[in-house]
Amino acid sequence: MPELIDNLYSLGEPIQDTKAPGGPIDQKWTTAKFENKLVNPANRRKLSIIIVGTGLAGASAAATLGEAGYHVKSFCYQDSPRRAHSIAAQGGINAAKNYNDDGDSTYRLFYDTVKGGDYRSREDNVYRLAEVSTNIIDQCVAQGVPFARDYGGLLDNRSFGGVQVARTFYAAGQTGQQLLIGAYQAMERQVAAGTVTQFTRHEMLEVIIVGGVARGIVARDMVTGEIETHTADAVVLASGGYGNVFYLSTNAMGCNVTASWRAHRKGALFGNPCYTQIHPTCIPVAGDYQSKLTLMSESLRNDGRIWVPKKREDCEKDPRDIPEEDRDYYLERIYPAFGNLVPRDIASRQAKNMCDEGRGVGPQVGDFRRGVYLDFADALSRMSRHEIDAKYGNLFDMYERITGEDPRVVPMRIYPAVHYTMGGLWVDYDLQTTIPGLYAVGESNFSDHGANRLGASSLMQCLADGYFVLPNTIRNYLAGGPFEPVADDAPEVQEAVASVTSRIDALLTVNGERTVDSFHKELGHIMWEYCGMERTDAGLRKAIDLIRSLREEFWRNVRVLGSAETLNQSLEKAGRVADFLELGELMCIDALHRTESCGGHFRAESQTEDGEALRDDEKFAYVAAWEFTGGDRGPLEPPVLHKEDLVYKFIELKQRSYK
Amino acid sequence: MKLTLKIWRQAGPDAAGQLVTYPVEGISEDMSFLEMLDVLNEELIGKGEEPVAFDSDCREGICGMCSLMINGQAHGPEVTTTCQLHMRSFSDGDVITIEPWRAEAFPLVRDLIVDRSAFDRVIQAGGYISVNTGAAVEANNIQVQKHKADRAFDAATCIGCGACVAACPNASGMLFLGAKITHLGELPQGQAERDSRVVKMLNQHDAEDFGGCQNLGECAAACPKGIPLDVINQLNRDFMKAKR
Repeated sequence: MPELIDNLYSLGEPIQDTKAPGGPIDQKWTTAKFENKLVNPANRRKLSIIIVGTGLAGASAAATLGEAGYHVKSFCYQDSPRRAHSIAAQGGINAAKNYNDDGDSTYRLFYDTVKGGDYRSREDNVYRLAEVSTNIIDQCVAQGVPFARDYGGLLDNRSFGGVQVARTFYAAGQTGQQLLIGAYQAMERQVAAGTVTQFTRHEMLEVIIVGGVARGIVARDMVTGEIETHTADAVVLASGGYGNVFYLSTNAMGCNVTASWRAHRKGALFGNPCYTQIHPTCIPVAGDYQSKLTLMSESLRNDGRIWVPKKREDCEKDPRDIPEEDRDYYLERIYPAFGNLVPRDIASRQAKNMCDEGRGVGPQVGDFRRGVYLDFADALSRMSRHEIDAKYGNLFDMYERITGEDPRVVPMRIYPAVHYTMGGLWVDYDLQTTIPGLYAVGESNFSDHGANRLGASSLMQCLADGYFVLPNTIRNYLAGGPFEPVADDAPEVQEAVASVTSRIDALLTVNGERTVDSFHKELGHIMWEYCGMERTDAGLRKAIDLIRSLREEFWRNVRVLGSAETLNQSLEKAGRVADFLELGELMCIDALHRTESCGGHFRAESQTEDGEALRDDEKFAYVAAWEFTGGDRGPLEPPVLHKEDLVYKFIELKQRSYK
Repeated sequence: MKLTLKIWRQAGPDAAGQLVTYPVEGISEDMSFLEMLDVLNEELIGKGEEPVAFDSDCREGICGMCSLMINGQAHGPEVTTTCQLHMRSFSDGDVITIEPWRAEAFPLVRDLIVDRSAFDRVIQAGGYISVNTGAAVEANNIQVQKHKADRAFDAATCIGCGACVAACPNASGMLFLGAKITHLGELPQGQAERDSRVVKMLNQHDAEDFGGCQNLGECAAACPKGIPLDVINQLNRDFMKAKR
């Protein structure tokens, strides 16, 4: 029995090898592509791949592997692959094209991404990401993605947070939609060609492992309730992030951790689960009924001024009646150099601090008012209404539609919201998890963003993984196939099916008093309070206790009506929330063990004199990869921590400063 | 506010369906329409009744998953998606009738959920540009006149929700189809397959039992993304040219 640390986890063997080739960093990907084994076109027809998820990573991987000639089975829980939540990404996609000759390069994109990630990502992977970024733009343009263009007919760029070059390609405020439709169309072309079979309204509930390698999944047909087994030579998870563990986030209602968590429970290590990104400019919560949070583009901070009343008693007043001297433009006060344009994590944390002091504005939800003003009065006196609308009109309209208030008249109210999860399944250089034959791409893996993701980088990573990286690494594994077919009555398959059906039965037979949503909301509240923007030792310990007792109550007191044999949305939600209740505990343990602050992970005990995140590179320059050790529908066994040391050979570690 | 909801309940495609009346209270005008339905569902579960099944995902108006005929209008009284419709568009005491999309090509699944996979099959018939990964040329070798790029983009903003079909008395899918024909047809990359695309997609559209177009314009009026009616003209022009 390994020694328990803090009575919560134990330390396992470190991860020694990420499978990246040696040599200079700019040669590694070329080397890997050459050294990875090939599968000849005739043999590809004999090989099958399951892909779970149809967002940018999943759809692009399905299209590309289908084009190559493999048999692909693609799964999504939505009614069409085109609905995946990549579609909601607004801003843009980065690529080191250097079309503006402003000094951009692969190396600079690599450098910016590592720095933006607060030096907690793996150099080799990030360099490759920067390297293939330019191919993504070429591919998308060829597919007909209507990127913004200038009057000369060439592609337009804009700059984005945290960098000094203009390398972001965009399609109005709907870049994610346009890229996803491009990948979706490429995938549908393969459906027509017969290489890809799509299974919509299907949810993966278990991974099938035979002889230690991934050989398939168990999925539920969400319309008929049928439990299906699908076997293949390899399985790819492209199932997105887990921000919905917080209940309220900018994720879609259906986004969930189940595919990743089921894989984790079967042996895939989970990397850096506590790294979450909180976006500073979202529309605040209006009431207890709130189901999701909506992002307002960060660009608003270019012209809006953020403030709260100096006096608590002013918080209920009409903001237009609060005189200038009674307003606290707190970001301009604390950070005179960057003002309202400080990075996302700092802007978020300070908004929370103001509200914790009782100076928040807007409706009171629970004990506090959770909102700060983003005021365009100055901008409106400087610019014409027409000029302002040209820049922000669509955002103002969206805000007005949701809140009923016109930000041209009354200051906008904003508050931070969970937006993205940098953590995810641990993968090696080939994007393979610790289960052979099981790969993870896009937001579902942990690999490229370290402790903080830069804007316009998530689309880049998803398409890099799906179009260019995975197809060139998975062949090295598939070259060892085709593997022995797995029979439907093989004991491993039967066992996976039995575990799914017994779990569904368990959810349907508790017949308790509380709805699934009420558990999800309570979990979200715990996570947001104690594992959100600011984390403390005491708070995290408290959260672990609260989550454990909530999970215990869930399996004793949840009410899921209806049957397993029909479309049953309560049952779908219940399975997802059950997994979030396990993930939440691991996130808190990870956040507790990492006593440094870095990127989106802010430990109150580790800050500079100025209140900035203070890293501890001596102790924590590693990826925390967690191993599941047991427990189901109740207490979990203490997880085992495996460390992958991060070695910086090319980039020097520095402390961030924005004063 | 207090409301009376009349909601279509149907256990499955082969079951009989009916409108069921549900009174709801304590609805805030800041709730979205779907949050109002969430509140109803929580109450129903509390009473031991199965909740109303309806589709939604992003709840920010872009994924196209939500639907609903609200008082006979696709996505309700405002020009937006149902998830972006808020209760301030209604008044205390209102009676609201909520039904699924009604169209031959969109068979009912359960309650307010329909099967829109016909749209996927229309895209499969030719709604793409055939270029394998890795075969692309350098992006700026392809120049696109700005007005064409802008028109392509405007057409490409279609979210595939199906409101156009639900609003059309003929349940035609021409606005959806025209949007894709216009998006790809405006771009130089889309020219090689332009003629075959329109023929194949239109054939599939008809095979899916979508109705014909009589230029009534209900589709464009209901479209939450403002796809203009002229994409159907474009579709017709391209089709005539292709058949010549």
